[in-house]
Amino acid sequence: MLSLLADSMFFPPERSTVAGTVDGLFDFIYYLSLFFFVLIVGAMVYFVMKYYQRPGHTEQPSPSHNETLEITWSVIPSILVGVIFFFGFTEYLNMREPPENAYEIQVIASKWNWVFKYPNGAESSDLHIPVNRDVKFLLQSQDVLHSFYIPAFRIKMDCVPARYTSTWTRATETTGSGLDESSHKPLRLFCAEYCGQQHSIMHRKVFVHDTAEFDQWAEKAANILENNPPEVAGEILFKRKGCAQCHSVDGDNSAKYPGPPLNGQWGTERQVIPRGSSSPKTVTMDENYVRQSIRQPNSEIVVGRKPGMTVFTPQLLKDEEITAIIAYLKTLK
Amino acid sequence: MSTITPETQTATGHNDDPSSNYLTCTSGFMSWAFTLDHKRIGVMYLVGIFAAFFLGGVLALMLRMHLLVPGGLFPDWMVSLDGYNQLFTLHGAVMTFLFIIPSIPGSLGNFVLPLMVGAKDVAFPRMNLASFHLWVFGAIFFLIALVTTGLDTGWTFYTPYSIETQTNVIAATIGAFILGFSSIFTGLNFIVTVNTMRPPGMTWFKMPLFMWAIYATAIIQILATPVLGITLLLLMGERLLGIGIFDPSMGGDPVLFQHFFWFYSHPAVYIMILPAMGIMSELMSVYSRKPIFGYTFIAYSSIAIALLGFLVWGHHMFVSGQSPMAAVIFSGLTFSVSIPSAIKVFNWTATMYKGSINLATPMCYALSFIFLFSIGGLTGLFLGALATDIHLHDTYFVVAHFHYVMMGGTVIAFVGGLYHWWPKMFGVMYNEFFGRLFCAVVFFGFNLTFLPQFVMGSRGMPRRYATYVEEYQIFHVLSTIGALTLGIGMVGAMAVLVVSLFKGRKAPANPWGAATLEWTCTSPPPYYNFEHAPHVDSPYDYSDLKYDAQIGGYVKDPNAPKKSGSDHH
Repeated sequence: MLSLLADSMFFPPERSTVAGTVDGLFDFIYYLSLFFFVLIVGAMVYFVMKYYQRPGHTEQPSPSHNETLEITWSVIPSILVGVIFFFGFTEYLNMREPPENAYEIQVIASKWNWVFKYPNGAESSDLHIPVNRDVKFLLQSQDVLHSFYIPAFRIKMDCVPARYTSTWTRATETTGSGLDESSHKPLRLFCAEYCGQQHSIMHRKVFVHDTAEFDQWAEKAANILENNPPEVAGEILFKRKGCAQCHSVDGDNSAKYPGPPLNGQWGTERQVIPRGSSSPKTVTMDENYVRQSIRQPNSEIVVGRKPGMTVFTPQLLKDEEITAIIAYLKTLK
Repeated sequence: MSTITPETQTATGHNDDPSSNYLTCTSGFMSWAFTLDHKRIGVMYLVGIFAAFFLGGVLALMLRMHLLVPGGLFPDWMVSLDGYNQLFTLHGAVMTFLFIIPSIPGSLGNFVLPLMVGAKDVAFPRMNLASFHLWVFGAIFFLIALVTTGLDTGWTFYTPYSIETQTNVIAATIGAFILGFSSIFTGLNFIVTVNTMRPPGMTWFKMPLFMWAIYATAIIQILATPVLGITLLLLMGERLLGIGIFDPSMGGDPVLFQHFFWFYSHPAVYIMILPAMGIMSELMSVYSRKPIFGYTFIAYSSIAIALLGFLVWGHHMFVSGQSPMAAVIFSGLTFSVSIPSAIKVFNWTATMYKGSINLATPMCYALSFIFLFSIGGLTGLFLGALATDIHLHDTYFVVAHFHYVMMGGTVIAFVGGLYHWWPKMFGVMYNEFFGRLFCAVVFFGFNLTFLPQFVMGSRGMPRRYATYVEEYQIFHVLSTIGALTLGIGMVGAMAVLVVSLFKGRKAPANPWGAATLEWTCTSPPPYYNFEHAPHVDSPYDYSDLKYDAQIGGYVKDPNAPKKSGSDHH
């Protein structure tokens, strides 16, 4: 608790250019509110102590209205909220308008996964951005509403299906140095719009690198398939694309994982119900079955499971990447 | 309740026995379920509403218990991720549609309003009964959703998730649709009653402020609720037929749903709070023994809130992708609606000036209201300002804000009003010591529950999370301890009232010395309310009421100085 209070009671750290302004407005409203709250409650407590019903005390006549007083306490708060409104919307317009020449990252939200795509073709499931550079996020959703929220940057915007929305930030501090993620103290990224079952675990890390280091990272991230053997690349993709959110690879079959476990399954048979049919059929887990389960996950549902897996279109997962994932699945015992 | 005598029980219709009252004039299930008496309908609403409040409260405590630890306290087979999502959805839906919207108008409004105008009943007694029956049907559909596949959309039914979820959205939306009609019937009844049934001498500006508040509420009920009805029908059509209004995969627009939904649901916030403000105006005046300060400003501010409330729905959508221009306009309008509420708070506080403040249980709730509602209202400023709302939107800050307004405001005033009118409703006095004690427990528990939520919200904790990251645990633990305290306080407050039904001493006609007309008939009122049409005086002039220690209540003082401008008999 004490460590929480060390910097600020109300805020996560300020790590973007707008955070200071937003917090300044927050503080302004806070002290103004505190003043009025103390005024109201103070008057209330004072009146109670002075005028509570007791022997020898009766009510005294006083006017039952006073237009000067009432107009005063209507007009002063009106002016004050006008001031709050003004500061609120001017800073907001700044927050809504991405600067020109910003570095653009595509953010694709789906149940319950984030994919970040960088201009050089790199993809990641945690967000990596350069420090001291305007970064624009172009948001989209594959299914239901999600909301892209990074508290340390004070930004939030809904991801709406069949529509692009955007927001931007400029980080002021790196989260650490080096390509090794453990040498960073990453920031939080949350999904803030309720999106179903795993809404609360749809949170990721945000890494802020210095410029040279970021370029290095992006270069490496763009070439997973080239820089790694297929089964290693497959494992990276399995985690990055969100497969690991729903499928365990250690046999865990609890309700935490809506999808079936995938270890020790290669070449085995299972009962599935094809879409529109009521009778199960038997299929073997082979390359084509895995491919179909990724591209058209709802065409055949394993008996006892519910449909609900993201449809991985070629935009979300390339053919070579499926091949790598297949190589990884074969290694799981 | 203890006054039931053999002869009054035998009567099939109401009888002329002077000791008979609306509770005892007839008996049997049918005499209640199909009564046209506004007082019995009010009592039935009261029972139904508190059953819903209890259900919603139990769901809330389960939520809070689960959030004691970051990964969830209960094991998966009890509360899974899906289970948590259903808990918070049903908590919100039950509390909103079954409890808080019908709460004050349905129970206290029905009971008190006709008495305040010195009338025998509301304008349309059959429609009033139909309103309660619709509430029961709506509740049944909610229970169907609860016991079948549940509901996991959030009480807001946001598309497209509500189109594709496997849970019972249809049953819940049919329930909410039916409850909408229940609300419309109540509102229509009150508008006609206030317009046509006021007694001679009760001009608009001699009406008790509770009537003004109920009237303003009724305007919103009949204008806004149809929009919810049509929105829910479209949602059902979308699910059943795939018509493509809201579903983007069929060319629909999910954000359109949010506009439709909040076009009702923001005004609905004022359906919830305005009646509570009406109760506050009565309590502050009666227990300070002073005329309400600034009657006209309070009356007009109710109407201003009702009208401005229609223009601010877009502030629920600042991060939905709506245009910056729309956001700026809605933000400006939102601030305009804060002023009438502020005026009311100042006027209530000023009413105490030079009064003789009776710290009876209802007044303790009224003072709690001023404290809690001020926090609720002031924290709204952070959310109305665009730059700060972007950060706070959909976090626990919002959860804390609307609980301070809805629970710290509406529920606290409702319970205060219930304690105020309880002697009138059931003819018994409750134990003041325990009444105040549990008011204090509620006040403490409430603040402990929701103050930490402001802090964790501004630190970034999103709402509707079944699990969370460790750094927020301390706030969740405090909040859960508060919720348990609050639960104990609420159960205690209700127990004090229930015990009074069996052990309470008989209530006089006017235990608090209030000047509105409902206190001129006996407690509880006879079936026909008033033997003679009551004489209308100023609702807030206490100068001719004197305490009579023998009957433990106030009576008209025959020696009181003649009031100027009224023909005192």
